[in-house]
Amino acid sequence: MYAQMVKSEAAQDDPEKLAAFQARIDAGEKIEPKDWMPAAYRKTLIRQIGQHAHSEIVGQLPEGNWITRAPTLERKAILLAKVQDEAGHGLYLYCAAETLGVSRDEMTEMLLDGRMKYSSIFNYPTLNWSDIGAVGWLVDGAAIINQVPLQRTSFGPYSRAMIRVCKEESFHARQGFDAIRKMAEGTPEQKKMAQDSVNRLWFPALMMFGPSDKESVHSEQSMAWKIKMNTNDELRQKFVDQTVPQIEFLGLDLPDPGIKWNEERGHYDYTDPDWSEFFDVIKGNGPCNVDRLAARNKAWDDGAWVRDGLMAHAQKKRAAKTAAE
Amino acid sequence: MKNEWPLWEIFIRGQHGMSHRHVGSLHAPDAEMAIKNARDVYTRRNEGLSIWVVEANHIAASSPSDKGPLYEPSESKVYRHPTFFDIPDEVGAM
Repeated sequence: MYAQMVKSEAAQDDPEKLAAFQARIDAGEKIEPKDWMPAAYRKTLIRQIGQHAHSEIVGQLPEGNWITRAPTLERKAILLAKVQDEAGHGLYLYCAAETLGVSRDEMTEMLLDGRMKYSSIFNYPTLNWSDIGAVGWLVDGAAIINQVPLQRTSFGPYSRAMIRVCKEESFHARQGFDAIRKMAEGTPEQKKMAQDSVNRLWFPALMMFGPSDKESVHSEQSMAWKIKMNTNDELRQKFVDQTVPQIEFLGLDLPDPGIKWNEERGHYDYTDPDWSEFFDVIKGNGPCNVDRLAARNKAWDDGAWVRDGLMAHAQKKRAAKTAAE
Repeated sequence: MKNEWPLWEIFIRGQHGMSHRHVGSLHAPDAEMAIKNARDVYTRRNEGLSIWVVEANHIAASSPSDKGPLYEPSESKVYRHPTFFDIPDEVGAM
């Protein structure tokens, strides 16, 4: 999802301490930054929360791309508010990760030089206005399904960040659905665009939940520690079950001929995404990987003089105040 | 990173006369910018009427290992709670 394929670490601490730690988690207690925690718990969480934060920030790029070209002033104001929220979500998450002993600038540098990842979904382009609707509806819809259970995660600061994020996220999904609904109910050309967006973004949205459980090797320890609350396939199924009726409501064709209600399972059957494409995108070969990282690097480099200037100003003011005292 | 902006802890007072409550943290070069950033990050949906910012390294906190000595003594003092005392129904509200 926003954190995909987070490599987990094997616990290598004193077994007695580990057991006591596990007992706290099993009892539903929250782990706070100053509490003892296994080194592997800390390391895995830094990776996961960091990747989640990076996804919020990089996720601004495909949508920011359309702010100046929104079809009405109202849609523009809404999209601007949505993209601003994503910056906020990134900040909440960076701060949660920082309580584990890594700084935001360190994490930013690891994103910029490719040591840390962000969600595969943001390496796909937004080609037209209809894609913006589809992203809000499908991508933020998928994000909500992942983030709602994470509100109960064992690490206090992460849990609190997720609670804030979830409060704001349903605005994102609804504004997207509203935008694509306008298209789906519009002229035949507009409806065709809406269909095209759903067709292109459906499988990349399914990939957000990460590889299928059969191949997901990092889950067990993270689930025991309540860093991960559900398996990838559980969440993906939930997304499919929730979204199929919405596609039907819009009067659009289902993007996958394999989608069929399975009475016995009580769920929709669906076709798995092409996992070789997923692994390729993760490796850096998606349609927009190079652009996204170049944009983040440029923003960081171009902003350096502002960060330094404000810091110099703050130091000067502090010095003047001390001198006056 | 040599020149990283310091971390600030943000406290917001909502409506209805509640006290300031910790909502999260952010980076800013100084207090003035911390308040401006807090307004953007933490009050986009009418969450507050007043903002306090404190540089994070100025906060002193109790340690988790002090949990016993700090909080256990109050566990045995049940008489500090009003429900400890039986008040006959006839006495009425108290």
